[in-house]
Amino acid sequence: MSLQQFINEAISPWMKEEGPDSDIVMSTRIRLARNFDQTPFPIIAKSQNLEKILDFFQQEYHHQSFNNYHDLEFVKMSDLQPIEKRVLVEKHLISPHLAENAELGGALISKNEQVSVMVNEEDHIRVQLYFPGFQLEEALDQAFELDDWLEEKINYAFDEKKGYLTSCPTNVGTGMRASVMMHLPALTLTQKVNRMIPAINQLGLVVRGIYGEGSEALGNIFQISNQITLGRSERDIVEDLQSVVNKLVEQERKARHILVEQSELQLEDRIFRSCGVLQYSRIIESKETAKCLSDVRLGIDIGYIENIPKTILNELMVLTQPGFLQQYAKKTLSPHERDILRASLIRERLKLEK
Amino acid sequence: MECQECHERPATLHFTKVINGSKTENHVCEHCAKEKGYVSYGEEAYSLHDLLSGLFNFEPSSLNEQTSKDITSQHHLKCLKCGMTYQEFTKVGKFGCASCYDAFSERLNPIFRRVHSGNIVHDGKIPKRIGSNIHQKKQLNEHKEKLQELIQSEEFEQAAQVRDQIKEIEKGIKPNGEGEV
Repeated sequence: MSLQQFINEAISPWMKEEGPDSDIVMSTRIRLARNFDQTPFPIIAKSQNLEKILDFFQQEYHHQSFNNYHDLEFVKMSDLQPIEKRVLVEKHLISPHLAENAELGGALISKNEQVSVMVNEEDHIRVQLYFPGFQLEEALDQAFELDDWLEEKINYAFDEKKGYLTSCPTNVGTGMRASVMMHLPALTLTQKVNRMIPAINQLGLVVRGIYGEGSEALGNIFQISNQITLGRSERDIVEDLQSVVNKLVEQERKARHILVEQSELQLEDRIFRSCGVLQYSRIIESKETAKCLSDVRLGIDIGYIENIPKTILNELMVLTQPGFLQQYAKKTLSPHERDILRASLIRERLKLEK
Repeated sequence: MECQECHERPATLHFTKVINGSKTENHVCEHCAKEKGYVSYGEEAYSLHDLLSGLFNFEPSSLNEQTSKDITSQHHLKCLKCGMTYQEFTKVGKFGCASCYDAFSERLNPIFRRVHSGNIVHDGKIPKRIGSNIHQKKQLNEHKEKLQELIQSEEFEQAAQVRDQIKEIEKGIKPNGEGEV
């Protein structure tokens, strides 16, 4: 398979579109947790209960279409190879938990990969919708429509006082997690992010690095999401998140502006060094990759680099993860072999643009 | 403060050990803490759920008789639908089924308050199809309360109107009711 072909398959179609504020906001996601009312939750359900749910999804939703989400495909986890599951995880279409622990799990995925409904994860149903850039309201509207569509055939576990009943008490109520993925290189470089996080937490929102572990944010990519699901409406939660993200976007733009003004040459040097590393290195770890990609993306946004497309950061962050590298190589690779393949894949990808 | 074990690095971990009632204070660095086994660094990171199940266990460590009675009754709470006990729930941090919410309801509000910034009542989407019944039921209850009030204050004309409204609402609910005739 050629690299171009591989990338076409690896990158979800929606990711190639440019959304609002896409210089800073990479993507928006809404997730809704739902359960069947008469069936025990997956953690203690008998396998026949879970199989029944899988069959139900297969029968009712496989090859169906809804709104813009055409040709939904239902896959059972048991029919997938470990590497195939890993690729779905790296595309964020399924969770690591579903891939590793849910033998009787499944996923209903739309052709453009914007919609993914996980089945028999921690809850029976986890509806997820992705949008490019910053589109919280649009995402919530679409999520509600999809939710209503599913509900036509499913009796949800719902209580007047407690809302949508979920397996974990942290999700009860709306069952909604709204999140926004942001690239914040200038706020990180100027160390402002760390000072802003406590204030954001006070609003019931959580900030975390999406790729790195713990508090470290690989590639300066942060995810901001709501923590509270009970007692506040979806619209209110989304409004709060929206105002915080707007503020962050504004601050990040300001910080970029100041960086350019105060230390233009250092910044330019940093960006072009990173560009050089990506273009010429022969062995590269994922951590260095993330750092360099973040620098290059910043260089594109500021206007130092012109011949590389904006989507490079989203694209290569996904492509250079272990699952994809191994799928590209069509075999299991040791970490060292992955570093070599990663370097060569990046070099090839950048050559495609020349 | 320097580490009491190696006397080289600064102490970053401060804790009190209580063995058979005698207390000792400890100040060690992370390196020595690991080596001496004061803390365990497992393969898996401390997950949110570990933290959560910690939240549920607010039992005092020293029990007097009264609280121990309370706790016994707490341990007997059990969901009849799926068989999960309250004790199991506090360990796993997850409900077994929708009915667990009813079975453990007397214990849950403090937990919800902690996790959801003091909130205990849902305010948000109601399912479109099954929710129309909930909406009507809510209306029905309000009307019935009003009816009682009106009867007590002997305003029978208005009461008759409300009674008719209740009949109307009840008609509306039936077609959606689980397909029964």
